[in-house]
Amino acid sequence: MSDNNIVLRVEDIHKSFGNNEVLRGISFGVRRGETKVFIGPSGTGKSTLLRCINQLTIPDRGSVWLDGEEVTNSGARINYFRQKIGMVFQNYYLFDHLTALKNVELALLKVRGMSRSEAREKALTELRQVGLEDWADHYPAELSGGQAQRVSIARALAMDPDVILFDEPTSALDPELTREVLEVMKKLALQGMTMLVVTHEMGFACSVATEILFMENGVVAEQGTPDLLMHDPKFTRMKNFIGQFDSYRGD
Amino acid sequence: MDQIAFIFDILLPALMQGLVVTLKLIVWSAPFGLALGIGVAAGRQYGGPVLSRVCKTFVFLIKGTPLLLLLFILYFGLPSIGITFTALTASVIGFILCNGAYNSEYIRGALLSIKDGQMIAAQALGMTRAQAIRNVIMPQALRRAIPGLSNEFIYLIKYSSLAYMITVVELSGVGKNVATKYFIYTETFMVVGIVYLALVTITTVAVNILEKRVAVPGMNRAAAAQL
Repeated sequence: MSDNNIVLRVEDIHKSFGNNEVLRGISFGVRRGETKVFIGPSGTGKSTLLRCINQLTIPDRGSVWLDGEEVTNSGARINYFRQKIGMVFQNYYLFDHLTALKNVELALLKVRGMSRSEAREKALTELRQVGLEDWADHYPAELSGGQAQRVSIARALAMDPDVILFDEPTSALDPELTREVLEVMKKLALQGMTMLVVTHEMGFACSVATEILFMENGVVAEQGTPDLLMHDPKFTRMKNFIGQFDSYRGD
Repeated sequence: MDQIAFIFDILLPALMQGLVVTLKLIVWSAPFGLALGIGVAAGRQYGGPVLSRVCKTFVFLIKGTPLLLLLFILYFGLPSIGITFTALTASVIGFILCNGAYNSEYIRGALLSIKDGQMIAAQALGMTRAQAIRNVIMPQALRRAIPGLSNEFIYLIKYSSLAYMITVVELSGVGKNVATKYFIYTETFMVVGIVYLALVTITTVAVNILEKRVAVPGMNRAAAAQL
């Protein structure tokens, strides 16, 4: 831990499902305020990696450290770390029986033990932050995908996390809704939120990422600033991968 | 004797007393039956291997044996090992066990229908599994279980008449006593039947109101059909 700006450190994470070794030793550190973007073909363990960080999936080997405290093997204290490590899912996973406001409030009331009025005020602040204050009383089924995802971002923000993990937050959305979600994420990045983002949105990656990690076959194959990975001739794999994207789009 | 006079002067006043007993049986059994059902379903679905096995065995035993047998054991059998209940208490205990076991199956079915993401999202926010079950999973599952649970409640109204077999003179029991005393069987039992029908009708209406009141957009078929 030489760099004391490091808020999250991931060391040598391995994970297998049956005979399939999905993660084969991933290590990196995240400084406060950084946005790290994970790119790569499907099935290379990017989502599994995020889930290993907050222990929704238990890694076979390796450790995760938040602010110098070990998150792996932390027993019941994992619930404390999970408050500090927010997560946003591809399919939002909003609580279907609660309004947008109550979705954001719930953990404040039950986990943080806030009073009703305190939690309500905090939840409304976070909904305002993602531009959905007017939708506070709507249920998940009444929201568009983009709105639902923004509510889930607000829900994660409400816990005042040190870092937020985004697991393909826009993969279920059409281009227009994708844009509204990415704008919120960009705003957060500019405000100094520390974020780890698994995405296929290259535009977002290039404009917001402090560093891009290109993952393939369970390892980080290429790693660097967007500029470096896009332009340094030494790096080819990610450019090839993006090239495939472009040809799909008919460029 | 004039039939109208029999019904209004003799039968109905007697039935009212029986109805009070029947309502007591239901009102004391149903809430605990629901609580037991929730506990058993959660224990079976989310409990450890031991608790889950215990819950499964409990449901297996209750489902596999007649309720009447359970009542006989509670009232006639247990005194031989020194446990004595009044007939009313024995009936209520029997009904709670039976109601709880069946309720648990309806609730378990509803629990299985809740997508994994709900639990994952709750845990990702720092909730314990117990908190997630209480605040996220159960409220959704119970809404989905309402039709099944109301069915079971209606069964309870009707099988409460089994209490008569262990000397609790409830609605059916009063009917039986009046019928044999006056030798008027058909009319008496038809009126008793009408009282049960009324109870079930009230329940059905009440459940409809409850279902509307707790409905959440997108979580039930009625709302889905409107989309």
